Amino acid sequence: MSTPEADLSLFIPIIQTNPLAWKMRQNASGFAPLNQKYGQNDKEEYNEGDALHRALEHIRTVKEKGAVEERHLQTVEDIAWKSGLAPEDIDTLLDVALSGPFAEAVKTRMLKCLIPATLIPESAVVRAFSRLCASNCSNNTKVLFFRWLIAMFDFIDGKEEMNSLYGFFFSFLQEETMSCYICNFLYLLTKRENVKPFRVRKLLEFQSKVGMQPYLQALLSLYRSFCPDLITISLPPKRKFYFKTTDSIWQAAVCIVKERNQKSPLPSVKLTIGTAYSHPQKKKWNSGCVIPMPTSSHVSKEEQDEEGDSSSLEVMLSGQKSFPLEQLHTFSQLLDNIQDVELPSQMCSVLKSAPLLHYLNCIQDETVWLRLSYWMSQELKEGCTWCKVSNYTSEEEFRKFLDIIISAQCFLQEGFPSSEVFLYKSLPLWDGISCRTEYLQLLSWIPLGNFSEIKPLLCDSLTQLFFTSSIYHKCSVLYSLKQLLENWLLWHAMKVSMKSTLSISADTPMIALNSVSELIYYVGWLSTIALRLEKNSSFLLHFILDFFEMVSDMYLNYNLPLVVIFPRGVFYPALLTSDSIALNRLCYIMYRYRVNLTASKENALIYQERLKFNKTYQEFNEYVTALVDCLWTSTSFEKDHYLYIDPQILEKTKIREYKKSLNLINHPALLPYSINFLLQGWPNEKELSLSSIQKKKWNWYLDYLLLEELHGLHLFMESSLDIADSASSAHTHPAHKTPKTCMSEPV
Amino acid sequence: MDSSNVPEFTPKHGVPPRLRDYFTGASSFQRQLASVRKQTPFGQTPSRRKIPQCSPLQENIDPQKIAFLLHKQWTLYTLTPMYRFSYTNLKQYSTLLKCFLAAEKQKGLAVEMGEDFNFKVTFSTLSGMKGTHRDPAAFLIQIVSKSQQSSKNAEDKVVWTGWFCCVYGDSLLENVPDDFTCLPLFLANGAESNTALIGTWFQKTFDCRFTRLTISAFNLSWMAAMWTSCNMEHYGTATELLWSVPCSPQSLDISYAINPEDAKALWDGVHQTPEEITQEEVDLFIDCLCSHFHRHFKINLSATRLVCVSTSVASAHTDGKIKILCSKYLIGVLAFLTELAIFQIE
Repeated sequence: MSTPEADLSLFIPIIQTNPLAWKMRQNASGFAPLNQKYGQNDKEEYNEGDALHRALEHIRTVKEKGAVEERHLQTVEDIAWKSGLAPEDIDTLLDVALSGPFAEAVKTRMLKCLIPATLIPESAVVRAFSRLCASNCSNNTKVLFFRWLIAMFDFIDGKEEMNSLYGFFFSFLQEETMSCYICNFLYLLTKRENVKPFRVRKLLEFQSKVGMQPYLQALLSLYRSFCPDLITISLPPKRKFYFKTTDSIWQAAVCIVKERNQKSPLPSVKLTIGTAYSHPQKKKWNSGCVIPMPTSSHVSKEEQDEEGDSSSLEVMLSGQKSFPLEQLHTFSQLLDNIQDVELPSQMCSVLKSAPLLHYLNCIQDETVWLRLSYWMSQELKEGCTWCKVSNYTSEEEFRKFLDIIISAQCFLQEGFPSSEVFLYKSLPLWDGISCRTEYLQLLSWIPLGNFSEIKPLLCDSLTQLFFTSSIYHKCSVLYSLKQLLENWLLWHAMKVSMKSTLSISADTPMIALNSVSELIYYVGWLSTIALRLEKNSSFLLHFILDFFEMVSDMYLNYNLPLVVIFPRGVFYPALLTSDSIALNRLCYIMYRYRVNLTASKENALIYQERLKFNKTYQEFNEYVTALVDCLWTSTSFEKDHYLYIDPQILEKTKIREYKKSLNLINHPALLPYSINFLLQGWPNEKELSLSSIQKKKWNWYLDYLLLEELHGLHLFMESSLDIADSASSAHTHPAHKTPKTCMSEPV
Repeated sequence: MDSSNVPEFTPKHGVPPRLRDYFTGASSFQRQLASVRKQTPFGQTPSRRKIPQCSPLQENIDPQKIAFLLHKQWTLYTLTPMYRFSYTNLKQYSTLLKCFLAAEKQKGLAVEMGEDFNFKVTFSTLSGMKGTHRDPAAFLIQIVSKSQQSSKNAEDKVVWTGWFCCVYGDSLLENVPDDFTCLPLFLANGAESNTALIGTWFQKTFDCRFTRLTISAFNLSWMAAMWTSCNMEHYGTATELLWSVPCSPQSLDISYAINPEDAKALWDGVHQTPEEITQEEVDLFIDCLCSHFHRHFKINLSATRLVCVSTSVASAHTDGKIKILCSKYLIGVLAFLTELAIFQIE
């Protein structure tokens, strides 16, 4: 007997995605020589449906062996490989192929071209299978039929009736030549209620006959996952594939047909056993940072509830429906089976499965989180490389482990309590280097709580590390704190939107407000000192401005009735920077502060607390004045201004016109722009005179700055400067502009 | 059919409760947080403890079983609470575990439940092995290899033994829901490969987590003091302390053996408060021993690390191995080990 898999792979050895190439390949291989009658020219005209109909009609009425006309068979093959067959055509062809008086080769050809255009009717399969059982089919035909069933399993429109024939399919196992295909097919078809003690015994008998065959192991392990109280098996860790996958050619054909018919191919969900079970087992059994794959519970609830010895048969007969986790891979599978999904035997395995995380998110069961929590706190403690509880895990492994936890936290948009506790416990021992990125990400998922409670646990150690570490560490910490603030703001925003549906205690928003403002003060304090330590590094400054950009927009973006102005230690370094981008961002932040402050005037809560808010307005006004004094009116060094310096000292610097040294033209951050402006505008001038930028040129210069993408500066200017007489301002000196401060009374 | 198996859904209500909401009130998480807040990165152990006493419940224990547990070296593990463990199913667990072991040993071959093998697994409860009535019952697992000979005289051989217990585990018990069984201390004797398989089965079946329990030098000195304070009718062995000197290439151990009566006399001199032991007393006791050693050998033991303590009550090694010698103080020893185990899993 020829080996069945050689049969099929012969005729189209390479899978082509281009239909034309596909056709040609068929041609070249000699398997299906195109009848000359259907040359390229004829093809355009002839009606596919009619031709197929005629051909099938002919084939159906063939009464004796060898009477089938090659022409008709050819038509069917051509159309099937090109456009696929409609459900009723599949039904017809399958029926005649298995019952008609055809030669072996013809039957094979018919079976091979059973390519569905859409779906395969289940009734056709059932009918075909009963023909197969009743008639005298050769082994080759049977094998081909089962291979076709396996390849097309996902396209069969229902499985209930097929499943009711489970026993008949199962009995085919006795034929050794096809047992691997039967196992594969049963693997696809088996449901929990199919697993019965007598079948288990049959399979074990079969195992003792054939030994360790991968296809049998796969079926047995599926039986185990359904009924762990009947059978158990431990799979060797290395194997990846349990079934032969030579029939991908059929699936490719289906894909091409679907593509041709311009329908997206059906999502083919193949049960992959291999990946689910293989994981490195080299490690010690209880070493840290190993996350198992989700597996169904080995001891089901029913058994637990029964007193004394449980009769597994009863459990079987109760017909409990449940969807094994081993088969849960996609979100749509979860949706289809959500009532039947069991929780995994080890809760930690959910971290590796997105559908299960979805599932956990919508069930209400405290024990689920407790189980996860117990496990996670042990695992973190064991794995943590700097706590040195054990030496089982390397830093690399711990890093990966933290990554998995973090991605789960991102998925749930919430931190795990055990990772929070771990953070507090391990922070005093942290060197600031090991797993920095991952560890600091844990920090950004600390839940929004009372900051005064968090502060002693977090800030003491963090501050020490912050001040003694490199600038990059400082930046990463600031970045994580920004993420933390963002998460808190999002939580708050969500709580506020839920308020209408759920009643939350009145003090929650107050705790949130206090915590957020304390966090901002803390970061402001850190930033002030960090800027001094790092000599106002503009790299660091950008991380700080990032943080405060979010702060400035809290009221409008996150609906938080709070505006916190940044400290002087951040404002002045940003104002006096030589980095134009930083200056631009500062102006933008000031602009956002103004928009938020203006909008918040209408808020009732702020109105109640306006005395407290007066300070905020005062601070803001001070900054606006300072900014305008500096960049526009050049009065910043005058008496009663924040930057006041004794004129005698300034004289000694021998800077000419020191008063104007920080205005839009001479500011160190903007000097390159003003020089470039003159060079580009008046290339022929021999002498560069910055003071010549006045009046008309001044307005052009402002337009030039906008062209150079300094939008923040522009927005600030538009919002905070009194430009009512913008037309006449073209002729006035810039020094005449006056700052537009916010009213300190929000009435 | 039991419908409570299916977790409740709340699709209509939209937003699921936040994780934090599950950990409200006096739940374990809140306590964990509270313990962290006490500025104890590795936590603080109590500065005073009761002198180990016999538990009245101990009388319920089968003396044969106690004898079986004594004089064996046990490797210590901690265990997080077991989910849905049921004492009524011990028989079934033994079948499941037996088949699991068989399947693991012949990897790749399926095993039918209830099949007969050349070994058996037994689960049995150790009633009375508890401090209070609230403590869950301890239980024992044994792997017994059946003798090949068919003669009745041939004894079955115990290959591996392990037991789970919780003695005075109130601090853990009070916050754990009913679905969980708290037996934080696990002791194993036998091949490590068997411990690994059985541990894996428990981890898979009851969603718990095993960790080795090591004993710090600090806790060893507590053990030295507590066990010296026990009133013994007669002393079996000398009191011996082992200090390790960290030097390369091999570490050097200094063994310090004392006549147990002398040790007790020293302790009585140090000890003041009647029913309990304080941290100061423990420190003083060890300091006295060290200065005595220094006077004779000019070696300063306080610069080295205490790694092993053995007395007539029990002996313990820092890497988490223990041997209990005296049945009278069995519960007392286990109570302290339970305390350490609970401390580690929290």
